[in-house]
Amino acid sequence: MKTGPKTGTKVLLNILLLIYSIFALFPLIWMVILSFKSDAQMYNTLFVFTPTLENYRIVLFTTDYPKYLLDSLIVSGFAVIVSVVVGVPAAYALARYDFKKKEDIAFQILSFKFAPEILVVLPLFMIYQKLHIYDTYFGLIWVYQLISMPLLIWVVRGYFEDISVEIEYAAQVDGYTWYQIFFKNLIPLIKPGLVSAALLAFIFAWNEFTFPLLLAGTNVQPITVAITKFLGTDTAHYGQLAVAAVVSALPAIIFALCIQKHLVRGLSFGAVKG
Amino acid sequence: MKQDQTGGTAVAASANEYNVVPFKTRVLPYLIVAPALIITIGILIPFAMAIYYSMTSYSFRMPTYKFTNVKNWVSALTKGGFWKALWVTVRYAFFSVLIEMLLGMGVALILNTLNNKFSRIMKVCLIFPLMIAPITATIVWQLMLNNSVGVVEHLLNLFGVYNFPWAAGTKTALLTVVLIDTWVNTSFCMLLVLAGLQSLPKSPFESAKIDGGSTWFNFVNLTLPMLKPSLYIALLFRLMAALQEYSIIFGMTKGGPGDTLMNLSLTAYQTAFQYQKFGPSLPYILVLWVIINYLAKFIVGKQRAAQRQAAGLEE
Repeated sequence: MKTGPKTGTKVLLNILLLIYSIFALFPLIWMVILSFKSDAQMYNTLFVFTPTLENYRIVLFTTDYPKYLLDSLIVSGFAVIVSVVVGVPAAYALARYDFKKKEDIAFQILSFKFAPEILVVLPLFMIYQKLHIYDTYFGLIWVYQLISMPLLIWVVRGYFEDISVEIEYAAQVDGYTWYQIFFKNLIPLIKPGLVSAALLAFIFAWNEFTFPLLLAGTNVQPITVAITKFLGTDTAHYGQLAVAAVVSALPAIIFALCIQKHLVRGLSFGAVKG
Repeated sequence: MKQDQTGGTAVAASANEYNVVPFKTRVLPYLIVAPALIITIGILIPFAMAIYYSMTSYSFRMPTYKFTNVKNWVSALTKGGFWKALWVTVRYAFFSVLIEMLLGMGVALILNTLNNKFSRIMKVCLIFPLMIAPITATIVWQLMLNNSVGVVEHLLNLFGVYNFPWAAGTKTALLTVVLIDTWVNTSFCMLLVLAGLQSLPKSPFESAKIDGGSTWFNFVNLTLPMLKPSLYIALLFRLMAALQEYSIIFGMTKGGPGDTLMNLSLTAYQTAFQYQKFGPSLPYILVLWVIINYLAKFIVGKQRAAQRQAAGLEE
């Protein structure tokens, strides 16, 4: 297999990859470029311009954008914490115990991932208003479980399954209780996987748009919803729009870089062990 | 979905293998899973409600509502709007998923073949579009395609194309949103195929080399069948998401121009929130749910069959 392609083919493949890379990365570069342009330069310059931090100053210090960032952080952060606390034991049970309807339950949890968001939102809109949790942190954190819980349970279940049962037997023989085994032996073993699954769940929650748009929007307003406001204004301060996009994209990209090795496994809910 | 079902033996259950399993041990797993189910099913009660309310005249404005039986369903299904929305849904999903799968596979194959510095850097960088919110991606593309500040317009001008309408034109709107979806999600397919390629066993390829098969022959008869499980997983996730796409279309045109991009999700949203007709909005989205469920089961079945076939090839 490893004779490698001919030089001509290699050059061609490099060029094809370059073309695709430009398609994939240039929009992001353009976004960053625009975020440093003043409104005047927006129309009469392309790549050569005098960069300015004015847009950043306006968005970060004169608008409510930091508040929206905080909202995103609170909602996504707590959603992931709840999912970890509740989901990790569930993942363990689904990995280790044999019980009736086990696979049905696992698939039920997975199916939440595939349910159309609008179908969930429509009745919830009604229920949330009756329960007075419409437009609250609690309401959003709850509905975000549909995003973070299936991911965590399925991915972490796979990591538990990768650990040999023998380790648990050995510890049991040594007289450790189940809790000791779980927290002292198992959790450290799956820690890298667990952390990356949690970070990916955070990215998904951070990027969620439909739920916060329709189940919140005034008191609680994550950036994904807030950013559309920058769109709505026809005066079109494109620089500020670009800043809003950069700031919302940055955390997700940084986290993604941290969990590269586990990314495939997380994205495929444990189905593909990359 | 699951690739290996091993290691599922219970510690607690098998410790008691020869005794009657005590009640406490039997219910324990259910108790552990219960909180996760309660939290998520609490959210899922709406599904049952959705079916009920789809047969009422419920509106957010009115305090009372009537049971109207199948009236909403009949009126939704006989209206042209429904079939148009279904057609938009199908076309959007078909084109975006097809392009993403082919392009993702192509890029993965290139990355796997080239093993130079450039390709190693790109393996990391190409995931960026996938990680940003689709709504943010939509905004990024608006900054690109915009006729006054966008850079694409300048590029097209070089080729003699002026004022390409993009999302504003009825003929080009679908192309525009599919382009954005492709930009965001191609890396998803690429990552999965790449993982599949890297886990391919060496021995079948070595024996194929001795047999002297052409590269193309090996690709079709060895690589592709062994990649199939990963490809089905990519297809499953992408198709399910593309069928219910909401944020990209909403962010770009809110379904317009006119009703050009009104898919089932957006039609249900518009009927419920803009026209304030809650009951009548539900048939649209329930039909989508049935389609998605059926397709998911179908693809999972295919994936499992492909998995068995791939396991056979490895020997």
